[in-house]
Amino acid sequence: MDILPILSTLRRHKLTAWLLILEIALTCAIVCNAVFLIGQRLQRMDMPSGVAEHELLQIQVADVTTPSNPYARLAEDVALLRQVPGVQSVASSNQVPFGVSSSNGNIRLDPTQPERTLSATTYFGENLVQTLGTRLVSGRDLQSDDFVDVETAMKGLNTGDSKSLPHVTLITQTLSERLWPGQNPLGRLIYLTPTVGLRVVGVVDSLARPNAFDTAKTQFTMVVPLRMGANKDQSYLIRTRPEDRANVLAAAVAALKKADPQRVVTTKRSFDEVRRKFFQDDRAMAGILTGVIAALLIVTALGIVGLASFWVAQRRRTIGVRRALGATRSNILHYFQTENFVLATLGIALGMALAFGMNLFLMTHYELPRLPAVYFPVGAVLLWLIGQLAVLGPALRAAAVPPVVATRSV
Amino acid sequence: MFDYYLNLALRSLRRNRVLTALMIITLALGIGASITTLTVLRLLSGDPLPQKSAQLFYAQVDPYTSDGYVPGKTKPQRLMAYPDAMNLLHAHQARRQAAMALTDAKIAPLRAGEHPFFSNGVMTTADFFTMFDAPFRYGGGWTADDDENRAQVVVISDFLNDKLFGGASSVGRTIRVNDHDLRIIGVLKPWAPQPRFYAQGLGGRSYGDGDAVFLPLQTARAASMDPQNDDCWAVADTSKLETAPCIWLGFWAELSSDGEAAAYRRFLSNYVQQQIALGRFSRPEVALSDLPQWLRDEKVVPDDVRLQAGLAFGFLLICVVNTVGLLLAKCLRRSQEIGVRRALGATRRAIFAQFMVEAGIVGMAGGLLGLVFAELGLWCIRHQPAEYAGLAHLDVHMFLLTFLVALVASMIAGLLPAWRASLLAPGSQLKAA
Repeated sequence: MDILPILSTLRRHKLTAWLLILEIALTCAIVCNAVFLIGQRLQRMDMPSGVAEHELLQIQVADVTTPSNPYARLAEDVALLRQVPGVQSVASSNQVPFGVSSSNGNIRLDPTQPERTLSATTYFGENLVQTLGTRLVSGRDLQSDDFVDVETAMKGLNTGDSKSLPHVTLITQTLSERLWPGQNPLGRLIYLTPTVGLRVVGVVDSLARPNAFDTAKTQFTMVVPLRMGANKDQSYLIRTRPEDRANVLAAAVAALKKADPQRVVTTKRSFDEVRRKFFQDDRAMAGILTGVIAALLIVTALGIVGLASFWVAQRRRTIGVRRALGATRSNILHYFQTENFVLATLGIALGMALAFGMNLFLMTHYELPRLPAVYFPVGAVLLWLIGQLAVLGPALRAAAVPPVVATRSV
Repeated sequence: MFDYYLNLALRSLRRNRVLTALMIITLALGIGASITTLTVLRLLSGDPLPQKSAQLFYAQVDPYTSDGYVPGKTKPQRLMAYPDAMNLLHAHQARRQAAMALTDAKIAPLRAGEHPFFSNGVMTTADFFTMFDAPFRYGGGWTADDDENRAQVVVISDFLNDKLFGGASSVGRTIRVNDHDLRIIGVLKPWAPQPRFYAQGLGGRSYGDGDAVFLPLQTARAASMDPQNDDCWAVADTSKLETAPCIWLGFWAELSSDGEAAAYRRFLSNYVQQQIALGRFSRPEVALSDLPQWLRDEKVVPDDVRLQAGLAFGFLLICVVNTVGLLLAKCLRRSQEIGVRRALGATRRAIFAQFMVEAGIVGMAGGLLGLVFAELGLWCIRHQPAEYAGLAHLDVHMFLLTFLVALVASMIAGLLPAWRASLLAPGSQLKAA
């Protein structure tokens, strides 16, 4: 297709041509960045928790009167929940992955070092590994004789009696790699305070933090054998078969309420809901961005249809003359398609520069990473496609102009 | 003349219905999206206490150890430890001051057979209500003496009063909060500042309903009510937060002038120096931010909302460019008509005005339809899980702004085509015909 006649025609419609180019450029810039933002959100929403999400339930209860022995109360509750038909395993925990509210500790590798090495989430509770379904990669799981009551540990901490403190811990693979790259972590010590040294006895595959906002630190977690009493911040975690979840949750809540009708169940949900809630803003944003992209592309397409229709109508006589001089229908069709391709290409080129600028702005204001180059061709192809689709109708109409038009006066 | 332009414009718009509808719909989409996001942005970045926000200051000192401290770079902690909050409170260096934390209040039912429930509570000190202009329907707040004596009193919200007492004055009645009988001494009028500024950093949500109960800090702690948020810089027994190495309180001061604020900042610095001398502190940084500054620092308006507003205006820009193109196309097609009008004596100004009127009509129609889209958008936002969802409504300001935006957008869109039309020479167009 000869491009020169197209360029000379466009030169005669500079203003409208530039408007179309500008519209395509702006759309391209926004679409590139929006697609990138959607990608970021989807990637975040895919963050692994390391637990058997489809098999887990979380229940939190608050007692109206503080139980005289919270440890006994917790043990009773756990025993009660194990009786519920369909329950495979029960644990209590001070926090859950993606549960937002978190408990963290400062880790040192040497008790005398002045600054912490890093801050890691400390999960407390019995039977956690088995119930959560996180895989033990090496070493052993925590055993019941590793566990110490929190109160006893606190007293030990205050009196300096190291016997009443926990001695071992489980860590994640990521944490192990961060603390001792390429080495065997088993048997090494982690200090939570200068006097509390915990020996690593096992490594689990993966376990996310409750407040997993910083992707690089999501897996900095450890499990410490501390036994917590029943209180409103403790969660009962129940493992069951995915299809039994609704029934087991209802039965478990009923069992807990039956044991003490006065207490308030503050949380009862499946882990799917925990994840959904944690990422709800990301999902909403991804949805909005998708809507914006769709609306933008539709508006741009309509704009192209409108202008192309106008050009076709304006050039009816020229088209007639060309047809009379021997141009085929497909010549005319290709002419308008090529014209659109030229305009779209100019728009896309300008749009790339705009997209880059917009990304720079977003990087400084919203702490976003740099737009990977792969998004540029994605935006380009999308706009070429939209342009060709939009111009097809008017171009076909142009191709249908009969040669006889040339002989008529206006 | 205007009537005539209106007539011409309507005729021209009718002649090309598809193109006209296209222009109106795209403009309306852009306007609808912009107004929706702008309404949310305005809602979220509002001033919770317009009459007083410049006089309210959030104070920060930092009891953390030197671990991880970089002089000049590390910002002071957001929360305060109990001893420091009490020291500042008792120093009375500001007109008013209050320490506060959020808590879950377990409220026992008054009637048999009903279940206890949890409500949002604030544990704070006496000046809270006067400092934050919290309006009372019945009764009033407690005194500083009540704070010290752990008086068994409570102030409740209007909605809790409605729920428990059917809206009648409940002053003097008793409710059971966390297994302690408390005497109601005040009932607030509906009070829910947006953003819920005093909850920033304390672990609560930033927007939405107000709190249900307000208790004296020490009374609440004696009833073993725990703060929503605490941070400890060493392993701590969190059941004894008053003495534990933990921060969990927010501290606000009312200072009427810049002079008072400067004096208070000096007071804070002196206090911290004194604590360093005593060996309690090792970080000298202090901060005293007025309410608007504190909300900015806390990034209370989510970045996503700003991003959405930016996106919507980008969208509107594209819609306007689109409309310019379509209007231009329309007006160039009518070159002959313009030529005739010019030859019959219409001035350039008249042609220009005629096309601007046409653009204005498109704008008004776009505005009307945009309003429908904005209402639709806000309806969608109200059904989102966000904490501010219930507040997203179009008010009179935004209603008027919609038309202003529509008119301005369409005028900008109409400017270029109208100018081009007015430049057309009468002769050439007639000749071509």
